[in-house]
Amino acid sequence: MGEYWNIKPELEDSVKQHFSAPPEAEVELEFEVPEKDFNTAGRGSSEVKDLLKRLGVDSETLRRIAVASYEAEINLAAHSKGGVMSCMIYDDLIHLRFLDKGPGIEDITQAMIPGYSTADELVREFGFGAGLGLPNIQKNSDALHIQSAKGSSTLLELLIFFSAP
Amino acid sequence: MTKLQTLIPLIQATNHTPGLDPGKVEFSGAYVSDLLSDVMGSASSGQVWVTIMRHLNVVAVASMTGITAIIFAKGVVPDADVIEKATEEGILLLSSPMETFNVSGIIYQTLND
Ligand SMILES: Nc1ncnc2c1ncn2[C@@H]1O[C@H](COP(=O)(O)OP(=O)(O)OP(=O)(O)O)[C@@H](O)[C@H]1O
Ligand SMILES: [Mg+2]
Repeated sequence: MGEYWNIKPELEDSVKQHFSAPPEAEVELEFEVPEKDFNTAGRGSSEVKDLLKRLGVDSETLRRIAVASYEAEINLAAHSKGGVMSCMIYDDLIHLRFLDKGPGIEDITQAMIPGYSTADELVREFGFGAGLGLPNIQKNSDALHIQSAKGSSTLLELLIFFSAP
Repeated sequence: MTKLQTLIPLIQATNHTPGLDPGKVEFSGAYVSDLLSDVMGSASSGQVWVTIMRHLNVVAVASMTGITAIIFAKGVVPDADVIEKATEEGILLLSSPMETFNVSGIIYQTLND
């Protein structure tokens, strides 16, 4: 079982606090992300973006959330047998979880390397497969956690704070 | 900031989103790439995006990234569903018959005039 964490050093305490004792979410949403369906993938990200915009989240934070979320949704469609995106919105942050039905990532550290991609011909035809999605997710998130293993499902979750706590 | 309207005659562009007014759209720069994750990682909001990719996903990428207009080079014309989605999202779609290199060169010149 492989596990990967990347937390912005200055936010380590807030992130640990969140994961050890998550408060009740203000809003919880779930979206199916089917396999190889690049039109449905992205609906969740788009809805969450519209909702956060209405809630008054600033445009730069909105952009970071939208990009990280969309890349994660596309990865479910492109590389997994499909899965579920869950979105938990709190006063000060958003927690996004992507849980798929496998086939898993054998070496997460390798998958994080910019340019590394196992995308097939179909995925590349759609313009994906540069091997930049996971690095983009990391760059835009305050905390990133990935858990996976060959032959099992992949869990990717991330936190983005609305403003520095 | 440069008005999109200024660019249209220079690249002989057609506007596929008549519901959106290029006279009201300004841009601060451009990004040129056909790899969607590269665009999401490196383009900035307020830029225009030059590409030959024409699948529906380009609208989502532009919307997530804060791109105001997509310029299809080499005479690429978007399908009706792409135009509909872009209009909904407020993203202008232009097509130029010129190749990517020439479109980019003209944008560069316009921005630096
Ligand atoms: N949910 C997943 N299930 C299985 N493998 C995955 C999953 N997400 C990513 N991977 C693996 O990690 C690699 C790198 O992912 P990343 O998102 O960085 O690039 P990509 O999806 O191949 O291309 P891009 O995101 O640039 O379009 C993928 O090619 C794939 O091998
Ligand atoms: Mg990807």
